[in-house]
Amino acid sequence: MKQKIGRWIIPGIGGLAFVYLLVPIAYIFVFSFNDAGRTNLEWRGFTFGNWQNPCGAPAVCESLVNSLQVGVVATIVSTALGTCIAIGLVRYKFRFRKLTDVLIILPLATPEVVLGASLLAQFLNLGWELGYTTIVIAHIVFCMSFVIVTVRARVSSLDPRLEEAAADLYSTPRAAFWKITFPLLVPGIVAAALLSFAMSFDDFIITNFNSGTFQTFPKFIYVAATRGIPAQANVIGSAMFIAALLVVIVGQVMAYRRRKRLAQR
Amino acid sequence: MSKMVMTKKGKIADLRSAEEIKAERRKGRTGVYLVVPGMLVLFLFFALPVIVLLSMSLYARPEGAEIGEFVPALEFGNYVTVLSAYWSELVRSFGFALIATVLALLIGYPMAYLVAVRLRQHGLLQGILLVLLIAPFFSSFILRTQAWKQILADEGWVAQTLKLIAVLPADGHLTATPFAVVAGLTYNFLPFMVLPIYANLGRLDTRLLEASGDLYASPMTSFFKVTLPLSAPGVFAGTLLTFIPAAGDYVNAALLGNNRNTTMIGQVIDSRFFKVIDYPGAAALSFILMLSILILVTLYIRRFGTKELM
Repeated sequence: MKQKIGRWIIPGIGGLAFVYLLVPIAYIFVFSFNDAGRTNLEWRGFTFGNWQNPCGAPAVCESLVNSLQVGVVATIVSTALGTCIAIGLVRYKFRFRKLTDVLIILPLATPEVVLGASLLAQFLNLGWELGYTTIVIAHIVFCMSFVIVTVRARVSSLDPRLEEAAADLYSTPRAAFWKITFPLLVPGIVAAALLSFAMSFDDFIITNFNSGTFQTFPKFIYVAATRGIPAQANVIGSAMFIAALLVVIVGQVMAYRRRKRLAQR
Repeated sequence: MSKMVMTKKGKIADLRSAEEIKAERRKGRTGVYLVVPGMLVLFLFFALPVIVLLSMSLYARPEGAEIGEFVPALEFGNYVTVLSAYWSELVRSFGFALIATVLALLIGYPMAYLVAVRLRQHGLLQGILLVLLIAPFFSSFILRTQAWKQILADEGWVAQTLKLIAVLPADGHLTATPFAVVAGLTYNFLPFMVLPIYANLGRLDTRLLEASGDLYASPMTSFFKVTLPLSAPGVFAGTLLTFIPAAGDYVNAALLGNNRNTTMIGQVIDSRFFKVIDYPGAAALSFILMLSILILVTLYIRRFGTKELM
């Protein structure tokens, strides 16, 4: 009897924890159908209106578009630069090894508020106007360390004999890289890019320090929170969540199929 | 691979052909091209800004200067001023972050264990729960924090129910309390705790547990002697990934807290920068926060870290 209860403790706590994790997301989803008017605080009745007209509330879609623009550019640049660094550091010898490692790890151990404040100090010193450019730079910096760490793990785990085999078969180093190494790195690079985009899109603290009057989606919600967030923001939040679910599910299915295919060989 | 050999005199002789050496050098230059652009960005927009922040923290405000006007100086008194004024906020931030980290570990470990070990034979359910673990990363965390605020609000059903069963006094609140801030921190950084532990437990060889069971270890003993030590690197990474952002966070404190006993250091830095326009004070506080975290993390790594983590 005691054994039986014991068996259920971990699934019990774990299951409750999943509920805890998902309660606010369910709340956001339900209240995206609220016939709310300006402040979405209490339930006033069911409507599809918010979903049919997600740009109905002022500034919601503008801030969303801004966030997407920042996220896409920051993701592309940080993934490209970070991937190059990861490959370079694993495959080539350098003199200032320790220093580069510190420069990569330190941003990960620095709280966002300090990253934001130091960049703000830098931009104030340079006399740059805060806005789109400064946000993109800030996001590139804090995403890049994550990209480097993620991709570097992938590069180090590659079997060097694969490239040697390609060389034995008269492949040039360049061809070996693009035909063998790079395709094997793609899953890691995609994961790093998705992570970068998620972090950039959702970032508030660093953005708040370096954005001036430029509005991003998290900034919009933070400011709106004091007087009530329009239901359209819930629509966008829910849509993002559903889109993310689909992306993750597709990724899982692809990984599953790949494993199956490899197992069959 | 290498064709270097030690000669009798201890010198290194190079037995490679000229072409091979040339090829390797070309390779070396490619490495520089790969690494330099990104490192330049990190240097210009991470290392340099931290130095600028440090120098700004020592600026002085001349007599009769306008608001926001400072001159470069070596005013170490700034540190004394902000530390004495905001000591309690600093301690509170670390306290809240610590409690949130411990709570996230207590909640997150069973989650990770459930998904990684218990559901190993149930691919579909495992996949679904894993998706649910990752998905919150993609939904706005401010929106979720605000949702908590509304769920726990005085007129919400959670607070009403707790009052009905007299867990909460009739004039009590759930929001605008330290409890709400710590709960928010725990909630928001929970996936950062679960995912590294999950990654570690995913590689756990369950035959080890069977073996320890065969040797008459109780499930409890097996857990503490086998499972937990093997997942230690994941726990270690998870606690760091939770503690560091939690200590600097101010969104939870701003949305779920009040102005009296939940103010965290991030809020102070933000308001000194933007409301009070006290750049040196804000810079000094930022630097103190960064340094204290680095010291704490270093001590923690020394005490619990293993080599393969870094």
